[in-house]
Amino acid sequence: MGSTRKEPVIALAGNPNTGKSTLFNALTGLRQHTGNWPGKTVLQTKGSYIYKGRKYTLVDLPGTYSLLANSLEEQVARDFICFGGPDATIVVVDATCLERNLNLALQITEITAKVVVCVNLIDEARRKKLKIDREKLSCLLGVPVVTTAARGGEGLPQLLNLVDQVVKGEIRPQPRLVQYDPEVETAVAKLVPQVKAVLGDLVNARWLSLRLLEGDLTLIEAVEKLTGKNKHVPCGWC
Amino acid sequence: MEFSTPLRRLVATAEEVAGRNQEKIRDSIVKSIYLTAENIAHATACPKVEKSIDWDRKIDDILTSPVWGFPIMFAMLAVVFWVTITGANYPSEVLATGLFWLEDRLTDLFTAMQAPGWLHGLLVCGVYRSLAWVVSVMLPPMAIFFPLFTLLEDAGYLPRIAFNLDCFFKKAGTHGKQALTMCMGFGCNAAGVIACRIIESPRERLIATLTNNFVPCNGRFPTLIALATIFVGGSVALSLRSMVATLTVTGLVVFGIAVTLFVSWLLAKTLLKGELSLFALELPPYRIPKVGQVIVRSVFDRTLFVLARAVLVAAPAGGIIWLFANIPVGEMSLLATFAGWLDPFARHLGLDGFILLAFILGLPANEIVLPILIMAYVSGGALMELDSLAALRHLLVDQHGWTWLTALCTMIFSLCHWPCGTTLFTIRREQRSWRWTIIAAVIPTVIGCGVCLLLNYLVRGLGLI
Repeated sequence: MGSTRKEPVIALAGNPNTGKSTLFNALTGLRQHTGNWPGKTVLQTKGSYIYKGRKYTLVDLPGTYSLLANSLEEQVARDFICFGGPDATIVVVDATCLERNLNLALQITEITAKVVVCVNLIDEARRKKLKIDREKLSCLLGVPVVTTAARGGEGLPQLLNLVDQVVKGEIRPQPRLVQYDPEVETAVAKLVPQVKAVLGDLVNARWLSLRLLEGDLTLIEAVEKLTGKNKHVPCGWC
Repeated sequence: MEFSTPLRRLVATAEEVAGRNQEKIRDSIVKSIYLTAENIAHATACPKVEKSIDWDRKIDDILTSPVWGFPIMFAMLAVVFWVTITGANYPSEVLATGLFWLEDRLTDLFTAMQAPGWLHGLLVCGVYRSLAWVVSVMLPPMAIFFPLFTLLEDAGYLPRIAFNLDCFFKKAGTHGKQALTMCMGFGCNAAGVIACRIIESPRERLIATLTNNFVPCNGRFPTLIALATIFVGGSVALSLRSMVATLTVTGLVVFGIAVTLFVSWLLAKTLLKGELSLFALELPPYRIPKVGQVIVRSVFDRTLFVLARAVLVAAPAGGIIWLFANIPVGEMSLLATFAGWLDPFARHLGLDGFILLAFILGLPANEIVLPILIMAYVSGGALMELDSLAALRHLLVDQHGWTWLTALCTMIFSLCHWPCGTTLFTIRREQRSWRWTIIAAVIPTVIGCGVCLLLNYLVRGLGLI
């Protein structure tokens, strides 16, 4: 094993039924079964694509609405984004119901800054006469945003380009984080230094503090497994 | 789980900081995230997502309504079968004619080369003929059914079926998503078993896995369709034939769903007791399927894949069956001897020894059950050409004494017997247990035998035949 990974790993996250698998197939040329029903992708699927002469590994995560409720799918997705060390994460959101989809995007940008938001199904949005201000969305989220229609291939070159730039560090997204109530923020401020002291840069300290405050022990279990004797990453697919 | 000291300390500190407000903090966190998402969405998407007419909702009100939901579902099912049955008829005949014409030419070739009789028998009557049967009987229904089914799936109708059936599955004590895995079983039971992964609770997933076999997969549809067309359809006027056949197949599918529910209920009450897990079933938006893409995908990825699998199994199986049918043991062939052993038992089920033998030999793939049966029947008697359903009817009814009861019992047994080899292999892989794999084979077999036995004696007892 070399110390540096030659092939960047890209995680593909998003709500169920946003066309994640379609996007995955379009990018990798694989023919993973797609269908219009939620929960179709149960385990992650790996594929790869080549962009500008460089091979990228793409991991299709199970579709989830959040990373908070601890279903099996959510843990798989969360642990991969958090501990699987993706070089960038694409968050696919449904252009026709942005509000619900942004919940997940906001939670992911709390974990990692290396995010590209892909507003998919833009063709459907257009049909519904829905306009999305891509630049403003990018500005408010603090991460690059691209609009796509994966079924027709629209916007995919731009997406690949943005991912490439994020991976190379040419773009360094500065996510605008969710501001919580003062009591929560005070508590987080108290915890962050202690988390940093124990875990260093292993996990985003602010995010872990928040999970600690709400008593999410499944995450601590995952951290334990990671820091424990066997350095096995509990990402469910190794 | 035991945590290491530093982590334990961290958890303790967090509890201290949070005090007794953990729940409150959680709510507050979730609320903040939602509010932020709402604000961003409102600032960037315009007009606000208020459609003048919510078509999806309107369609859902009809498709999942308590009154119209079920009739529409069955109508949809019937239309799909009707299109499959009527649509498959013609290409099926053309294929059969063509392929059997080729068989004659092959025979000519063998004669011209003065090849020994057994070689011609093995390769032409065995291998080639079963291939010809599998292709001409299986290909047309599959090539029509798969795309139709994929269109429904792509449009988003499957979750609506799940929604309609949810209350039944809930009453049976199992997971509502089982309706989805059941639907996937229509394509292929092995795929249905894999789809069971979407059910989180191991108990409910196991129930869904064990009962997936009760919906006929694509390997069994053509058998059902052929028999329904010959026997049920054959007894009515020509104009009504495909309609009646359609209704029969639809009825069988409904029967299969009823058995699924019953067995699920039985398992949930006995072997697999447990809590019912709650879930929110999301109804995805309807999407207009990309028709061209669907057809290409389903023809190349599914139809040809399934057909290739069937052909790969059918070719060697055809050769083996021909050998069995032509190796004499005393007065009879090996095949006839086996069938003779099975016959007394099979008669109780309304079948005969050859039918049961065909099901047993069809374990590798259900697609080859009918070809095996035909070969077993044909090779015993005079060599005849089976290039149409009428010829098949002649073979079954006039030469082997089939009645509508035989056909019905065969169809029911096809619906309820051990899953095919691929499905069993998949169950073993998914459940990692030989025990449950065996149970998955035993349950449908017992049910199938039971129903056939009951039906057989009931019909005969009432003097209906």
